[in-house]
Amino acid sequence: MAGTAVRGRLTWQSATVGSVTDETHQVRTLLLEVPDWPGHLAGQHVDIRLTADDGYQAERAYSIASAPGEPLAITVERLDDGEVSPYLTEELRPGDSLEVRGPIGGYFVWEPAFGGPLLLLAGGSGVVPLRSMLRCRASAGSSVPARLLYSSRSWEDVIYRAELDGLFDGVEVIHALTRSQPPGWTGYARRVDQQMLAEVAWPVAQQPLAYVCGPTSFVEAVASGLVGLGYPAGRVKTERFGATGQ
Amino acid sequence: MSPISRGFRRKRQEGPAGRVPPGQYVTKDFPVLSAGPTPRTPLANWTFSIDGGREPKSWTWEEFRALPTETLTTDIHCVTRWSKLDTTWQGVSLDVLLAAVEYDARYVLAFCDGGYTTNLPVADLTGGRAWVAFGYDGSPLGAEHGGPARLLVPHLYFWKSAKWVRGLQLRDTDEPGFWENYGYHMYGDPWREQRYAGD
Repeated sequence: MAGTAVRGRLTWQSATVGSVTDETHQVRTLLLEVPDWPGHLAGQHVDIRLTADDGYQAERAYSIASAPGEPLAITVERLDDGEVSPYLTEELRPGDSLEVRGPIGGYFVWEPAFGGPLLLLAGGSGVVPLRSMLRCRASAGSSVPARLLYSSRSWEDVIYRAELDGLFDGVEVIHALTRSQPPGWTGYARRVDQQMLAEVAWPVAQQPLAYVCGPTSFVEAVASGLVGLGYPAGRVKTERFGATGQ
Repeated sequence: MSPISRGFRRKRQEGPAGRVPPGQYVTKDFPVLSAGPTPRTPLANWTFSIDGGREPKSWTWEEFRALPTETLTTDIHCVTRWSKLDTTWQGVSLDVLLAAVEYDARYVLAFCDGGYTTNLPVADLTGGRAWVAFGYDGSPLGAEHGGPARLLVPHLYFWKSAKWVRGLQLRDTDEPGFWENYGYHMYGDPWREQRYAGD
């Protein structure tokens, strides 16, 4: 489990907002220009630090949305009672300054050499690090079979919708819409459950590698569901976010 | 000198003085963070063991629960920046557990169901500062929060309070555990913001 250790000191670096892209009504992707960004792996995260003009500072961690080799990008969901995410999603404009340090984390990562087949399971904005993995797979020209099961409240809440619709060759994207569905929807219209996992998950015999990211309730249900299907616990990597603070 | 983030202002209220380490914010939730599926070990198969002393020592669940317990109220601080104040736990003091073993090691590697490990100095586990906790807020500790039992070392970042703990390995040297291998700090003092290696 060693090998990808981050050993040097992680220092704060100034970053300039390059562009902002609205993904949904409450989710925005920020492209950050960091002159000395050391590069990252798919699935890692980055710390963001904001400084108010009275010197007050706030730090939060965000999953990296871009692939290795691409400029640093984060995708942020606005939590209305949050301190940092409303600023990042509503106030921040190209040219603004903030600080970053990273990349951080070495366990919830995927590299093409890890192989697959790859089973990615996302709840809401948990899709962000998984999108980095899909972009990594594409840019590396990897032929590892990949499936993404992605649970969203509604079609309007699907992050990276156009990209997931067509950009990834050889990736099956299966949506589950839990609250509302567009007219004529024939896909899953419920939360991810054991039956859905059994229908979507690669058979255990293929030695799949699973990455699960989302809110705690989603991750708990999906990870134990995969173990119930016979996935070894060591082949199910999880990342969770609390419903607080970000 | 940090650049000013145009238009950014404090929205959160400051926590009580002296209770919230730098870079942390207070939450009333109890977020969950872990690297893999939640392990579920039947209590009949559960043991807590201390290896690496003169003689190995192990307790079954029944033996462990027969040890003297303490109820304590403390603040906890997660490296992901949430702090939770006045959390109430029930557990067995590490002083009680380590007193059952003869040792002169200076470090431990705590090991857990699911393969998770974390390293700590023995000095941080003694003197009434560390517990193996089995209860939270008057109820059995839930599996997603580390039940049936987790380490509780509240004066260090909370990843050191290893969930699903099954024992300690006494060691002469400080070997990095799971997150420490991925660049997190070897010691993890929240008051000195020791989040990552080199902090």
